[in-house]
Amino acid sequence: MSIRIFLLVGIITTLGAGIANAQEYGPSGAPASWNQPIHDSPTLTFFQVDRAEFRQGQGTSSYVWDTQGWIGNDTNKLWVKAEGEGEFGGRIEGAQLQALYSRMVTPFFNFQAGVRQDVGPDILPTTYAVVGMQGLAPYWFEVDSALFLSEDGDITARVEAEYDMRFTQRLIGQPRIEVNLAAQDVQKLGTGSGLSTIEIGYRLRYEFKREVAPYIGVAWEQAVGNTADFRRLAGNKASSTSFVAGIRLWF
Amino acid sequence: MVTRRQILGSVTAGATLVALEGLLPAWAQSGAGVWPPADPRTGPHEFDLKIGRTPIMVDGKQGSAVTINGGVPGPIMRFKEGETVTIRVHNTLDESSSIHWHGILLPFEMDGVPGVTFPGIPAGETFTYKYQVSQSGTYWYHSHSGLQEQLGQYGPIIIDPAEPDPVSYDREHVIVLSDWMFKNPYRVLGKLKKQSDYLNYQQRTLGTFFNDVSEKGLTATWKDRMAWGRMRMSPTDIADITGHIYTYLLNGHGPQSNWTGLFNPGESVRLRIINAATMSYFNFRIPGLRMTVVQADGQNVEPVTVDEMQIAVAETYDVIVTPEEDRAYTIFAESMDRSGHARGTLAPRMGMSAPVPSLRKPALRSMLDMGMDMPGMDMGSPPKSSGMDMGSMDHSKMSGMDMGSMDHSKMSGMDMGSMDKGKMSGMDMGSMDKGKMAGMDMGGAGPIVARHGPDHHGPGAISVADVQRNRLGEPGTGLKDVGHRVLVYNDLKALVPYNQSPPERDVELHLTGNMERYMWSFDGKKFSEINSPIPFRHGERLRLILVNDTMMDHPIHLHGMWMELENGHGEYLPRKHTISVKPAERVSLLINADAPGRWAFHCHLLFHMDMGMFRVVEVSPYEGEIL
Repeated sequence: MSIRIFLLVGIITTLGAGIANAQEYGPSGAPASWNQPIHDSPTLTFFQVDRAEFRQGQGTSSYVWDTQGWIGNDTNKLWVKAEGEGEFGGRIEGAQLQALYSRMVTPFFNFQAGVRQDVGPDILPTTYAVVGMQGLAPYWFEVDSALFLSEDGDITARVEAEYDMRFTQRLIGQPRIEVNLAAQDVQKLGTGSGLSTIEIGYRLRYEFKREVAPYIGVAWEQAVGNTADFRRLAGNKASSTSFVAGIRLWF
Repeated sequence: MVTRRQILGSVTAGATLVALEGLLPAWAQSGAGVWPPADPRTGPHEFDLKIGRTPIMVDGKQGSAVTINGGVPGPIMRFKEGETVTIRVHNTLDESSSIHWHGILLPFEMDGVPGVTFPGIPAGETFTYKYQVSQSGTYWYHSHSGLQEQLGQYGPIIIDPAEPDPVSYDREHVIVLSDWMFKNPYRVLGKLKKQSDYLNYQQRTLGTFFNDVSEKGLTATWKDRMAWGRMRMSPTDIADITGHIYTYLLNGHGPQSNWTGLFNPGESVRLRIINAATMSYFNFRIPGLRMTVVQADGQNVEPVTVDEMQIAVAETYDVIVTPEEDRAYTIFAESMDRSGHARGTLAPRMGMSAPVPSLRKPALRSMLDMGMDMPGMDMGSPPKSSGMDMGSMDHSKMSGMDMGSMDHSKMSGMDMGSMDKGKMSGMDMGSMDKGKMAGMDMGGAGPIVARHGPDHHGPGAISVADVQRNRLGEPGTGLKDVGHRVLVYNDLKALVPYNQSPPERDVELHLTGNMERYMWSFDGKKFSEINSPIPFRHGERLRLILVNDTMMDHPIHLHGMWMELENGHGEYLPRKHTISVKPAERVSLLINADAPGRWAFHCHLLFHMDMGMFRVVEVSPYEGEIL
């Protein structure tokens, strides 16, 4: 007990001394009451609509949105992601919302952890814990990967990768792949174990400004294994191909 | 025949010029110049400078600038060596401001860096700078607060020598190069933090891929693309901020406004060239005229005649040109990434102009800039070196190296031992003088002098220079194959010798960056991530070794003390206040820590400095010394 108190006092004293020292002399060695010479860790905000698109498939027309944003500095950020889809003439099928703490762990990658909430009239509201890595992989692949643990104990995972292929300085082709995996069957969500779905798309955008780029493209989605079976049982197709048109924005 | 359109055009241009020059100080106006140089004044020299927000015209478009006495650039500060100057700076902005005297040796309290040497000049207040001028040459001054310098807060300093000037000339002009944006620079910085190639519209495309395939073959092109892709870096990353938003200025004039400096044919004209840009290196040339460099960073150098030179941000060069013909000559300053240019004219009369060169093809960074080990490219690699005849080497390419004066013992930082001599089989080592290898044209690359240690500097650094070279004999980025004589750092040799004693210790700093996140640092740490200044001891002589682990050129500036560039010229090492360090380069600089106090030390690319590539050097009294 007394040792603990001793240690605690020691830690507080050390911390206190460190803080007092930092207050007296900053990294410039000048009085701390002066302004810092530079401000190299600004808090910034970012918001991106990666995809906001209309989809025309065989006899169906639907829409998809996929957005993310953050507030923070180089090292620490609060990162939010929201994506969802719905059918025209119908209701929003469902949306996934994520709130994550994001920390720079390597030059190109952020570690992220937080919660995901699925909402919407056509899906079961489910809460997940999330851990993931997001960043730029070698050969210029923008990668977002996450592992989800649902409130029911089910484990699923998702990996998305995008690549920018420049035709001109403003006309950019973007292949995109998204793979969903599950550790077990989650029948109520229609997800089968193993590889459950794979989506491959190609979008051609024109950057009027870097921040504003309308696009057209195609997207092909294929359910695999038990997931495909679940879909067929529900009277749906295991695969779909759509033409897409949308806009990419950030600020 | 003159068409109506031409008349209208010239009327518009004339009106623009008038509007522009109404705000410019006399020295920067077309046709004016600062000649004759002599200043007849006697008695104490006092100045009043007013910092304020002023609308300015740039090539006919209005912008809002932070000005000194109402113009961009500010007034010329002309001092005499030895005199004491008093400068009252009135800040009429609604934010804190400052003026730093770039390259001037003075008491540190007068250096003008907020948060380091003084608290800054609060809104509405006046600060009085007073110091004795102990040097001569061409320098400049600028704000050291936030991004005010980007908004126009800079101007030239000329200090006339107390002794007769070793350089003779009939006439002089000051050439202040700078970069102007109409946008809010803080917003631009925010964009770069989110997308660092936001302003690069010269990136490689599918088209350049196929061009390269037809030129170099598929295998070589694919390998090259894979190497860059693996590093997640772009060879087109030459400048962060480009001509996409910049208008490059010469004495406050955009390229269309054509600043003109007058001469009489046959006169020798001294041009005092100052790169006051915040983010832009310039390739400077005057087609039809050779330039004799007589001063670098305000310090006299042995004259060297060149056709072109790259001027890093914050450097100054004085050159002599002698236009013999009764015609106009274009002063052409191409931005290093070749996305734009500043331009002016030297002419015998007003209203003349000469052809303006077109921008050259943008340069690309190489694997060499990455600091990668390239067995196929290094000197001594079997395919290139076997049977090499040293006698047949093109010595003329060893630009400006004074072989005779090279002193091996002074070639510090060059570890010839690290070269793989085993691979140089077939080379006639007996006939080789090690000293001659420093500037050899081995595929353009300087020799490898060191390798990177195990510390890769954490998330603040994307890359490190695995192999570090002496690149002082290489022309700047993009100027390797321009077909005429380009100034290199090895050309610079002080005009007078300085007392040289060996350094007592080495201090090594690595220039690091994370281009993807637009973070800049030394040794992987931003300024806010460190706790204390870099300690120097008053009176010591030390060697500062800079290693550039990034893939960009960085102009590194030390306040208050000279850096003597170890380029092999013995006791004639050139003294610099700003040294441009090439990618994967290792340079060494000797410093006399003769100025007590706190001194800023930073990359002079303003946005790199503001994002963390900044340190303070504290020169403390030695034990028992009372200052």
